[in-house]
Amino acid sequence: MTAKPHLNRAHARHLLEQMLRIRLFEERCAELYTQQKIRGFLHLYVGEEANAVGVMGALSGDDSIVATYREHGHALARGIAMGPLMAEMYGKSNGTSRGRGGSMHIFDRPTRFYGGNAIVGGGLPLAVGLGLAEKMRKGSGVAVCLFGEGAVAEGEFHESLNLAALWKLPVLFVCENNLYAMGTAIERTESETDIHRKAEAYRIGSHRVDGMDVVAVEAATRRALECIRAGAGPQFLECMTYRFRAHSMFDSQLYRDKAEVERWKERDPIRRFSEWALASGLLHGEDVVELEKKASAEVDAAVAFAEGGAWEPVADLCRYTLMDAVPT
Amino acid sequence: MTTAGDRQKTTYREAIRQAIREALNRDERAFVMGEDVGRYGGCYAVTKGLLQEFGEERIRDTPLSEAAFVGAGIGAAMAGMRPIVEIMTVNFSLLALDQIVNNAATIPHMSGGQFAIPLVIRMATGAGRQLAAQHSHSLEGWYAHIPGLKIVAPATLEDARGMLWSALQDPNPVLIFEHVNLYNMEGELAADAGPVPLSGAVVRRPGRDLSVITYGASLHKSLAAAEQLAAAGIEAEVIDLRSLRPLDDRTIMSSLARTRRALIVDEGWRSGGISAEICARLAEQAFYDLDAPPSRLCGAEVPIPYPKHLEDAAIPQVDTIRAAAVELVRPQGRSA
Repeated sequence: MTAKPHLNRAHARHLLEQMLRIRLFEERCAELYTQQKIRGFLHLYVGEEANAVGVMGALSGDDSIVATYREHGHALARGIAMGPLMAEMYGKSNGTSRGRGGSMHIFDRPTRFYGGNAIVGGGLPLAVGLGLAEKMRKGSGVAVCLFGEGAVAEGEFHESLNLAALWKLPVLFVCENNLYAMGTAIERTESETDIHRKAEAYRIGSHRVDGMDVVAVEAATRRALECIRAGAGPQFLECMTYRFRAHSMFDSQLYRDKAEVERWKERDPIRRFSEWALASGLLHGEDVVELEKKASAEVDAAVAFAEGGAWEPVADLCRYTLMDAVPT
Repeated sequence: MTTAGDRQKTTYREAIRQAIREALNRDERAFVMGEDVGRYGGCYAVTKGLLQEFGEERIRDTPLSEAAFVGAGIGAAMAGMRPIVEIMTVNFSLLALDQIVNNAATIPHMSGGQFAIPLVIRMATGAGRQLAAQHSHSLEGWYAHIPGLKIVAPATLEDARGMLWSALQDPNPVLIFEHVNLYNMEGELAADAGPVPLSGAVVRRPGRDLSVITYGASLHKSLAAAEQLAAAGIEAEVIDLRSLRPLDDRTIMSSLARTRRALIVDEGWRSGGISAEICARLAEQAFYDLDAPPSRLCGAEVPIPYPKHLEDAAIPQVDTIRAAAVELVRPQGRSA
C-alpha cells in the first residue's frame, strides 16, 4: 500500500469511516430486502467500497457524477445523506427522488449526482454532455462517469470515449472492473480483456489501479483530475475490483467458484486498509470500534427516517413526467 | 429595409434556419450539434452558413455517433445548456433510442423533479424523395407513445419558424419532425413572425361535410384534395394536428361535432400508429357525434420502396385522399 503525503490520521479515519458506512448500509439493505421493506432489484456493492470512497474523496463540489445501478456506495461517499438514501430504497416520499427511482436511480441535485443509470453504458453519453457544458461555460468542474466492465461491450462506451477525446472534454471515466457482467466473466465477452488499453486506443490517458486499495484509487483519481484540469482532456481509470455478494438478490451465483470469492475476500478493502492503518500507527483499535459504532447508529437512524416517511399520494402519480419549469 | 409585419419570401428550410439563428443570438446557452451541421451545412442544408456566423463552439460537427451526441445533448441540457441536436433522418434516430427513451423521457420523473431536460431534437422524416426503406419512414407516431416527450411536426412556414423557439423555452425534451418534402416549400412569412405554441391543433380550412385530420406534408396534400372536393360539392374541414404529443382532443372533437365524419391522413403505418390513437379517442369521446365509422388513409404496411411509382403508392396522395373523403361522405355500395 502506498502512503501519500495527505494520508494523515484524520484522512485515514475519513477513508475508513466512509467505507464502513457503505458496508453497514448495504448489509442492512440486504436484511431489509429479505423483510420485503426494499423491493425490486437490489445490487449490492460489498467488496467494491474502496473505489467509491477513493474516487469521491478526490472530487470537489463543482464536479458532477454519473453512476450505475450499483450506486449506493457512490451516493454515500459523495455526501448524500443516508436517511433520504434509505428512504429512496423504501420508495418513500422523503427519499432522494421522492421514492420514484428506487435503488437503481439515486439522483441528488445539490451534490451534482446525475443518477443512478440502469441501462449499462447509458450513462456515458450523459457524462460527455456534462463535460461539454462545463467546457463551454469555461468552468473548472469535471464530469466523473462510473461504470462496470460490462459497459465496455456497448457501443455507447466507444462513441462516448471517442467524442470526449475528440473534443478534449473534462471527463473522468472510471471503469469498476469486477470481472463479471452480471453472470458472464470478462473473458467470455471481451476480445481484449485489458480494458484500459481500449481507452488508450482513443488517445485517452489511461491507468489500471488496484480497486481493493482505497489509497491507490484516491491517488490515481487525484492524478487523473490534475491532468484533466490542466486541459489534457478526458482520462480513464480501470479499477480492478470484485463484488463479494451476488449480482442482485435474485442471483444464485452458479457462474463462479466459491474458492474464487474467498480468495478475493482476503483482499477485503476495509480489512486491508484498517490492518495497514493500525500497523502503521495511523489509527488505533478504538478508532475502528468507534467508527463502526457511529456508522451503525447512522444506519439505524436512516432506517427510522425511511420507516417514518410517507408514501407519495397516488394523486401525484404522473407528477414530473413533464416539468413545468427548469429547476434552479 | 424591412419593418415589423413586412412579409418576405422564404422557404421552410430558411424559416428553420432563421429560427436557429434567432435562438443562438437570443440565448447564449443555445448551440447546435449533429452530423454535418457545420462545414457541410446540414444534410438538408438547414444549417448552411451558421458555422461561419457562429463558429465551431456553437455549431458542432459530430462523429456518426447518434447515441453519444444525443446523450451529450441530454447531459448538457441537465447542466443548464440549451442544445439543439440535429439527427439527419428519423431512421438514424433509432441509434439514439436508448438515450431518448431511457434517459430524456425518464430522468425528470425518475429524479423526483430534480432535473429537467430542456433539449430540442430536430430530425427529417417522411417519404417522397426516393430514399428507400432506411431514410423515408414516419416514426413520429412511435415517439408520440412515450410519456415525457413532446412531439411536434410543423407543416407551415410560421410553425417551422415559431415552434423552434417555443421548443427551446420548454423545460422538456421536444422532438421536432420536419418532413423532407417541405424543406423547399416557398411562401411568405412576416419578418417579425413570433413563437408558436407547441400544443394545439389548428383548422387550416373550414368545412361542413367531413374533418380531415392530418399533419406534416400530408397537410398540403389534404388541402389540395379539399379544393378538388369543393368543386364536387363536398366541403372538407382540414385540421393540422401540429403536435402529436400532446394531442389536442378539443379541436378534433369540436370539429367532429360539426362535420360528424372523420378521415385521418397519416404517412405512418396504420397498425398501432397515431391514426389508431386518434380513432380510439374519437370512439371514446365523439362516438355519438359520428355519422360514419372513422376512416383512415395511412402508409401501406411495407418498408418504403425505392421506385417512384411504388413510393407514391405507399403513402397518401391527393387523389387517394379525395377518394377516401368521397367514400366517407357518399359511400358507394351503400344506400345513402
